[in-house]
Amino acid sequence: MSSFHFEIVAPEKLMFSGSVQSVTFASSEGEMTVFANHAPLMAMLKPGIITVNEEGGAVQKLFVKGGFADVAPTGLTVLAETALPLADLNAAAIDTHIADAQTDLDVAKTLESKRLASEKLDQMRELKAALAL
Amino acid sequence: MPSLKDLRNRIASVKATQKITKAMQMVAAAKLRRAQSSAEAARPYAERMGVVLSNLAGSIAPGAGGPGLLTGTGQDSTHLLVVCTAERGLCGGFNTSIVRLAREHAAQLLAQGKKVKIICVGKKGYDQLKRNYESHIIELIELRAVKNLAFSNADPIGRKIVALFHEGEFDVCTLFFSRFKSVIAQIPTALQLIPADVTTGGDKAAGTGHGAAAQVGSVNYDFEPDESEILADLLPRNISVQVFRALLENAASEQGARMSAMDNATRNAGEMIKKQTTKYNRSRQAMITKELIEIISGAEAL
Repeated sequence: MSSFHFEIVAPEKLMFSGSVQSVTFASSEGEMTVFANHAPLMAMLKPGIITVNEEGGAVQKLFVKGGFADVAPTGLTVLAETALPLADLNAAAIDTHIADAQTDLDVAKTLESKRLASEKLDQMRELKAALAL
Repeated sequence: MPSLKDLRNRIASVKATQKITKAMQMVAAAKLRRAQSSAEAARPYAERMGVVLSNLAGSIAPGAGGPGLLTGTGQDSTHLLVVCTAERGLCGGFNTSIVRLAREHAAQLLAQGKKVKIICVGKKGYDQLKRNYESHIIELIELRAVKNLAFSNADPIGRKIVALFHEGEFDVCTLFFSRFKSVIAQIPTALQLIPADVTTGGDKAAGTGHGAAAQVGSVNYDFEPDESEILADLLPRNISVQVFRALLENAASEQGARMSAMDNATRNAGEMIKKQTTKYNRSRQAMITKELIEIISGAEAL
C-alpha cells in the first residue's frame, strides 16, 4: 500500500511529521479516513481522536480539540487547536477543556457564537463519555 | 581629588553592580534558549497556516467579495496599531526601537488625516507611547504574570482584535513586534493583519514549508462543511496565530537584547573597576611617598 506525508501541528509545536498509510479523524460532518492520493479537501475537525497508521505498521492516537485538516496533493496537514497524545489525556485534562468550553458559552454574546460554543461543549461531553473517563 | 575612602567605596559599588549585570546576563541567556526553542517550535504552525490560507484564498472565486477579515472593509480611514513590547526594561534599545517604528507609522498616518487607535501589549511600550499618543491608546494588555507564553495568552488578544473589527472600530490593523534574527540582531517589524496579507505570507511559507507544490489556484478543493464556514473559523484563528507568533518572537528578541545589553554593561563595569583601581593604587602610593618625605625632611631638619 502506498504511503503519504502526514503532519499534525499545534500552535506550540510540531506534533508529528512523517510517512503514514492512513489517518482517521473526526471531521465536522463525520468520521473519515484519508489514504494516499486522496482528492484535495479542506475539513473542519471536531474534538476527537486522530488515529495515525504509520508506514511501519505502528499506530498512534492523538487527541485534538478542534482544528483543520488540509488534504493537498503533497500530503495531509492537520492544524490542531490543541493536540496531545491520547495516553496523556486523563479525566482531569478533559474536564478543564469542558470547563473552558462552558466559559466560552457563558461569555458568548451573539446567537451564532452561542451555537458554536454549545456545539463544542456537547462534542467534548460526548467524547468524554466515549472514552469512559 | 577624591579621598582613598571615596575611591574604595566607588570600586565596591561598581563591583556590586557588575555582579548584578553578570547575573542578569546569565539569566537572560538561559531564558533566551527557552524562548528561542519555543519560537522555533511555533514556526511550523504559522507556516502551514499561511499555506492553507493562500490555498483557500486562491480557490475562492475572485470578485465574490470574500469575508471582511480577508479583504478588509474597502476603506482606509481608521488604523489600529497593535504594539507588542516587553514588560521589563534593561534590555538595550529593544522597546525603544519597536516604539519608534510604531510612532513613525502613527505620525505618518495622522499626517495623512487618518484616525489611529493603539493597543499596547506590554507595559514598556505603553509608558513610552502615552507621552505623545495617550488619547489614541484604547487598551493596555499586560502579560507580566505570564511565565511561559502559551497560545491561550495570545488567543484573547486575537479575539479582541476580531471583535473590534466586527464592531467597525477600524479598517486596517497592523502588528508591531521585533523579529528575532540572532542574539545580536532583532528587527523591529510591522505586519499587516487585516486585511490579510495572504500572498506574501503564503509565498514565504511555501519557501520553507513542504507544501510548496500545493500552491495557489493549482488545486480545486472540496470543502467540508463549506468554504465560507471554514474561512469564518480559520481567519480569526490566523489572527491569533500571528499574534502568538509575534509574542514568541518578541520574547526571544527581548532576551537576546537583554543579554547583549548586560554583556556590555558587565564589560563596562570591568573597565571602570580597572581604571578606579589604578587610580586608587596611585593615590595610595602618592600618599605613602608624601608621608615618607615628611618624615625624612623632618629628621633632616633636626
